[in-house]
Amino acid sequence: MAGLKTRKKQRLLVVSLAVASLMGATLLILLALGGDSLSLFLQPSDVKAKQVAAGQHFRLGGLVETGSFARAEDGLTYHFSVTDCAATLSVEFKGLLPDLFREGQGVVTEGALNTDGVFIASTVLAKHDENYVPPGTMPKSADQCVHPDAQAAADAAYSGR
Amino acid sequence: MHRFANPAQFNRLADVVLPWAIGLTVLLSVAGLYYALFSSPPDYQQGESVRVMYVHVPAAWMGMFVYMVMAAASFTALVWRHPLALLAGKAAAPIGAIFTALALITGMLWGKPMWGTYWVWDGRLTSVLVQFFLYLGYMALWQAMEDEEKAGRAASILALVGVVNIPIIKFSVDWWSTLHQPASVMRLDGPTIDGAMLVPLFLMAAAYQAYFVVVFLWRMKLEINNRKLSVMRQASLQNTETQMEVAG
Repeated sequence: MAGLKTRKKQRLLVVSLAVASLMGATLLILLALGGDSLSLFLQPSDVKAKQVAAGQHFRLGGLVETGSFARAEDGLTYHFSVTDCAATLSVEFKGLLPDLFREGQGVVTEGALNTDGVFIASTVLAKHDENYVPPGTMPKSADQCVHPDAQAAADAAYSGR
Repeated sequence: MHRFANPAQFNRLADVVLPWAIGLTVLLSVAGLYYALFSSPPDYQQGESVRVMYVHVPAAWMGMFVYMVMAAASFTALVWRHPLALLAGKAAAPIGAIFTALALITGMLWGKPMWGTYWVWDGRLTSVLVQFFLYLGYMALWQAMEDEEKAGRAASILALVGVVNIPIIKFSVDWWSTLHQPASVMRLDGPTIDGAMLVPLFLMAAAYQAYFVVVFLWRMKLEINNRKLSVMRQASLQNTETQMEVAG
């Protein structure tokens, strides 16, 4: 009976150690890889800091700056700025915008910078934030980047549908 | 603990719990769906599409919760060799796989109109897909070996290895930039979901939890009965063999 007890204790030790070391190893690997390689997109200040070359393909994410959205004369091309408060990049996109695309809200775009430093996007995805509130209510965790008039614009867009 | 590790005791306990769990599942589902579909406001950005959340978010929570149940059962089975622990993991796996699949599918259906795409390979979506494959791998290992004991042990090891994925799923939206939104409910500064939307969310979460208890207990009873049946079959086979030897 004593032998059985020791074997159980041994198994407890071995299995616990195995799980703990596996957890530790995985988390260390993730830490070593760093956020960049596992992140979906770069923010405008990352792009500036890394000095991404023109023509290099990447995803750009951030908030659509309030007041920056404009539609070109052809009716298909859109111009807007993506900002993360610290830096802002101009984006040009020709195509269909998703339903949730709004000024003051998040987007993830895919494309490359041209030689003028304008990001030419081939896709634009809307990024929803963590706020879920009824229309006309102020979201609880408002990003400091969102301009005060973003809420009014969002409400107008919602009631206008 | 040891008392419930006895199959007969477990069956008796399950029979007491089951009617209550079934009643709760029905009650909470009806109330939860009523609030989710009729008696809660639309979202200020998403409009009516927010209602997908009441199916999607609890399913994702349950996918992770059931994985933890499966992993705890696997740990118990490997260390203490409780016969019921092995069966508990086996019983939980398909339920967790279904919850995870439901979270993935509803997420994709919501993503197309809201994000503009069904799928991106961001940290959250990818780690949840990995969890789904872990469930499938666990179930496949049970089927892959003739010897139940060996198959169960191999599957249990896989379940424990996969535990590293749980914190990755949870923190993927904080560690890396993702298309998926960050946590809205389980965050340090409190939920960012309006109270009127939290009611159906929590009701649905409770309904899923009760549903899990029902199906889990059913599947446990089934596994116990299957065990009994194969033992009885073996016993009767040996009996006929001895009879034939005597007759011969």
